[in-house]
Amino acid sequence: MLLVRQMTISAVLLGLFAIVGTAMVASIHDATAERIAANHRAFLLKSLHILVPPDQHDNDLFTDVITVSHKELLGTDKPVRVYRARRNETPVAAIINAVAPDGYSGSIELLVAIRFDGTLAGVRVVKHKETPGLGDGIEASRSDWILGFDNRSLTDPEKRGWAVKRDGGIFDQFTGATISPRAIVNAVYRSLQYFDTHKDELFDKPSMPVKEKKS
Amino acid sequence: MTDQSYRYIINQGLWNNNAALVQILGLCPLLAVSNTVINSLGLGLATTLTLVASNATVSIIRRWVRPEIRIPVFVLIIASVVTVIELAMNAWFHELYLILGIFIPLIVTNCTIIARAESFASKNAFIPSVIDGLFMGIGFMAVLVVLGGMRELVGFGTLLSHADLMFGEIGKSMTIQPWEQYTGYLLAILPPGAFLGLGFIIAIKNIIDKRRSRKVQQVAVSEPEMA
Repeated sequence: MLLVRQMTISAVLLGLFAIVGTAMVASIHDATAERIAANHRAFLLKSLHILVPPDQHDNDLFTDVITVSHKELLGTDKPVRVYRARRNETPVAAIINAVAPDGYSGSIELLVAIRFDGTLAGVRVVKHKETPGLGDGIEASRSDWILGFDNRSLTDPEKRGWAVKRDGGIFDQFTGATISPRAIVNAVYRSLQYFDTHKDELFDKPSMPVKEKKS
Repeated sequence: MTDQSYRYIINQGLWNNNAALVQILGLCPLLAVSNTVINSLGLGLATTLTLVASNATVSIIRRWVRPEIRIPVFVLIIASVVTVIELAMNAWFHELYLILGIFIPLIVTNCTIIARAESFASKNAFIPSVIDGLFMGIGFMAVLVVLGGMRELVGFGTLLSHADLMFGEIGKSMTIQPWEQYTGYLLAILPPGAFLGLGFIIAIKNIIDKRRSRKVQQVAVSEPEMA
């Protein structure tokens, strides 16, 4: 009987600690959730506004968003977000959250901003695991390489030019790192193709804000 | 507790029983995050905060926790504290969180924290436990920052880059670039660089300790002659 009593006390104590701990975490979560969501939103908007400056559109990029999927052209079988910029209801640009699946160490997540006329407003790398010091020149903060896409389009350069120089194209590779730039050049080209073939659909589809995942 | 024993606790944390250099605990976050000074500082601060909070809590409840359930209770406390710190950082230091985010949950796996809870806070009063947590944390952070500085300097040729993530706008002018046109030495940034760097720091500490003990011996030997 004594043993049972001891065990019960231990169990109840452990349970109490679990309740107190969970309550603490839950209340802090409650207190910070709004701020965290606002941070996410501000951060995303900041990166979108680098590509499509706020004076070029008057809609809310954060809510004017759809998800599309196209494994071959967008690099992933998961739904891909497309943010749409409009001014006075007319489409200005679409920002596709495409993926380059063939980076040196895994996929590279991109934001590809394409103006309505099919020219690139810009490209940025959102997430990557490329080798620091070699492949990370794809980041805008490390080199200007990624700015080389600005104002390009499906026809500028011609299809053959959409490759790194080593493969006969017009885009630089890095010393010691060809794979990361190659993956991005190809991914950007495929995003342009996707935009070209799905243009109307991209802008006409009603927006469906993706609910923020609660973390 | 006397001043003497506080000094002992502080000494243990900072040097004699340093979490990273002597106990060799917490290697996982230590090696993963120490590629720049600012990353090191961020993780070091978060670890110190966790250590102080978990040591304080454990020492308060030490009389109520029965020995057979103490480990699960400690784990529970540490996990809650880390989650709270993660949420708070996400809310108030969002950009730093984006860099350190995946490493913050790793603090749970930092053995230093449960080691201090078990071997110190569960046996000592509140104030000594807090001091122990604080200085164990500072000792760990110091190693992190030194290692981060070495790796950043050799690897990128800068110090304190991206300081604006932590200090705001002023931080942008804090970056130091000792040499112009330094392209960086890749090895230092990659994981082997972390192991090598930590090895050098441990070696240097051992040399200093040896020199010191030799001096003490010499003093002890020469004393009788003087008498």
